[in-house]
Amino acid sequence: MTTMIDPPKADGFRISQLLYDTRYRAITIQVIAVIAFVMIAVFLLVNVNRNLASLGKEIDFGFLSNPSNYDIQQVLVDYSSQSSNLRAAYVGLLNTLFVAFLGCILATLIGVTAGVLRLSKNWLVAKIMTVYVETFRNIPVVIWIIATMAVLSEALPQPRAFRGENPDASMWLWDSVAVTGRGTYIPRPEWGAGSVFVVITFLLSLVAIWAFGRWSKRRFEATGQILPNVWIKLAIFAVPTLLVFFILGRPIALVSPALKGFNFQGGIQLSNSFLALWLALSVYTGSFIAEIVRSGILAISKGQSEAAFALGMRPSRTMNLVILPQALRVIIPPLISQFLNLTKNSSLALAVGYQDLRATLGGTTMNNTGRELECMLLMMMIYLVVSLLISSGMNVYNKSMKLKER
Amino acid sequence: MTDQKSTIAFVRTHMLEQLPPPRGEVGPAKWIKENLFSGWFNTILTLLSVFVIYSALSSIIPWMFGGVWNASSLAECREILDGAHAACWAVINERWQQIFYGTFFPSSEYWRTHVAFVLLLVAIAPVLFETVPRKLLFVTVVYPFLMVWLIWGGSLWGPIGVAAGFIVAYYAGKIASGYTGSGLSALIAVVAALVWWFLIGPLVVGGLNSVAPLFPLREIQSRELGGFVISMIIGVSGIALSLPIGIVLALGRKSDLPLVKMMCVGFIEFFRGVPLITLLFTASLLLNYFLPPSVTFDLTVRVIVMVTIFSSAYMAEVIRGGLAALPKGQYEAADALGLDYWQAQRLIIMPQALKISIPGIVNTFIGLFKDTTLVFFIGIFDMLAAAQSIRANSEWNGITWELYIFIGLIFWVCCFSMSRYSQWLEQKLRTDHR
Repeated sequence: MTTMIDPPKADGFRISQLLYDTRYRAITIQVIAVIAFVMIAVFLLVNVNRNLASLGKEIDFGFLSNPSNYDIQQVLVDYSSQSSNLRAAYVGLLNTLFVAFLGCILATLIGVTAGVLRLSKNWLVAKIMTVYVETFRNIPVVIWIIATMAVLSEALPQPRAFRGENPDASMWLWDSVAVTGRGTYIPRPEWGAGSVFVVITFLLSLVAIWAFGRWSKRRFEATGQILPNVWIKLAIFAVPTLLVFFILGRPIALVSPALKGFNFQGGIQLSNSFLALWLALSVYTGSFIAEIVRSGILAISKGQSEAAFALGMRPSRTMNLVILPQALRVIIPPLISQFLNLTKNSSLALAVGYQDLRATLGGTTMNNTGRELECMLLMMMIYLVVSLLISSGMNVYNKSMKLKER
Repeated sequence: MTDQKSTIAFVRTHMLEQLPPPRGEVGPAKWIKENLFSGWFNTILTLLSVFVIYSALSSIIPWMFGGVWNASSLAECREILDGAHAACWAVINERWQQIFYGTFFPSSEYWRTHVAFVLLLVAIAPVLFETVPRKLLFVTVVYPFLMVWLIWGGSLWGPIGVAAGFIVAYYAGKIASGYTGSGLSALIAVVAALVWWFLIGPLVVGGLNSVAPLFPLREIQSRELGGFVISMIIGVSGIALSLPIGIVLALGRKSDLPLVKMMCVGFIEFFRGVPLITLLFTASLLLNYFLPPSVTFDLTVRVIVMVTIFSSAYMAEVIRGGLAALPKGQYEAADALGLDYWQAQRLIIMPQALKISIPGIVNTFIGLFKDTTLVFFIGIFDMLAAAQSIRANSEWNGITWELYIFIGLIFWVCCFSMSRYSQWLEQKLRTDHR
């Protein structure tokens, strides 16, 4: 097909050439494919039109600006039942992104730890991590979510257990965190006067860390000298912010939750549905990340670490300067695709009643307005855009990390 | 020199007894030292692990093995346990049928699922293991039709009629290829099959059924299916269908034809970009909008279609990775041999690309099988729904762990054996130097 021996004779065009001549066949196939595609699309659209007409509906996104008439448990921005359906969808999207973002962080922490420990020379630790990975990878995440929810709501003490002189349950971390069957209560920061400066200092020190990283890398590449990067970065991270914090007389205070009436008041409540979803997704995805990290480290041939040892590098330096930069190139692409999976799996919030995008736009709004087609289309588009954004971010990163062959 | 040698005898004249190695350098002692206590950090890790294992097992083992196996309700269970903290496995003992077959499957017909399951094992054995006689592949070919007949019931003529369509297509293509080229005869074969399936076949099958139904079984509606059976049906059909579709999509994405490539990329990226749950909701809520008013599909079929499409998009990406990993020389060698596109794919490219992507393919299979749990949310009565209805029952209200552990175990066994098989296959097919 890719080879052509005889040049066709120039005696005009025959119909059969459309099928047998490689120059024309490509066009024929594509034309047929496009015609088939258009026919299917037209068939579906005509059906949609006819079905909508027979139901007396038409595609109309006007419902998005109507009041939603329902409450959402966890809201990250202003929202009330008088807000529009669009606002409700936005709140849901933020909830989805919130749990996905925190889930990605926790899953990475768990996964990297488990992946590195699975390669540990300590036999017992390696085996425990193997058991963890194989258990969580091979059982559906829905079961983990439901099971975590069951633990949180049934095994944890109810708020009333904290009451009295000699309570059955006590709060954690110097009476600042209350873990109860009705949710976990954490301290809420109270922003006093001058807290803006603390926040600004903190943000500036983040920028400084980034700038320092670049500078020290350039210095390393020019001179070959390595600074104690981690410690310096930690110092930049903490010292200026703490200094400003204390100089300004501690403008940010933490308000611990306290038991008032039947429930805890004063802190931030993390609902059990959020916690169950977050923990289950992280631990489940963590088991996949552990495998990715492990295979990434194993993918670096042994010669690399042997060469580094032969140059007289210490094991920690070998890891930081030789193994990790190469392993990251193998690890990052599948890692991002796990992040993508986690984000999509967060739609399983359905199992615990966490109000994410699917529960607002594709749930209550859809049921209240009866606009299945519009809601589902919009929801799919939003998920698609989020996924495409994440994966295009991955492509940019991949390009920058690619081996530069000159 | 020679003088010295004659005067100083520094070479022993007799063999020494072999000494045993130092005690710490051999056997379990050495192993323990090297693997558990090779430094202060390792020692801490070991002690920590021992503590973790001990505290986990000391609460799990009594709970698991001290459990009650015979009771008719949770209250009775607790009475027998008398305050002890232990499992109530009696719920599994009492209700395992519901978890395996679903609530509505008639118990007189359970044998059909058993036959279907055993036949499934027979059918996949020749695919999985080379040592199994090749003749069993016949079972593999007829299994889909047998499975439909066994599960959904009715007369065997229906599945035979569908199978006959493939035979019609085969002979039509064979006869046509005597007269025209391969492209046109393939088209004729497809047309012949469609004519059979939609025009002649239904008449023939209907006639045969009214005259003499072949081995009629009691008909079972899709909504009566449930439990592990429905997970298996969806999982196995999805797995069997998603691989070929995935291969076609991957080839489309790698193709030189820009429009075909565009369509394949759009398809893959769309289905990889949305969560499966939204697709399932589309299948259950929206499909009626996209079909002519008179046409209705069975919900199970819709779900199978959606699950298949979803995982074939992932499959396509996995196989594309395998194709990309193949050196260009392989394609050029195929061209140099004068093979056409499909011959090159079949004989040179695909065997190697698929071999490279075995781990990814099996991971997709495992993911698909685990994703069958999502059908619970659109009202199919799978194992999770069974668990929920058991928990809602007044006799077993309040039971959690036993059910989810049992269901999790079933999934774990299936998925773990799949991943082990893939590792074994990878090992077997590895041809590089070790």
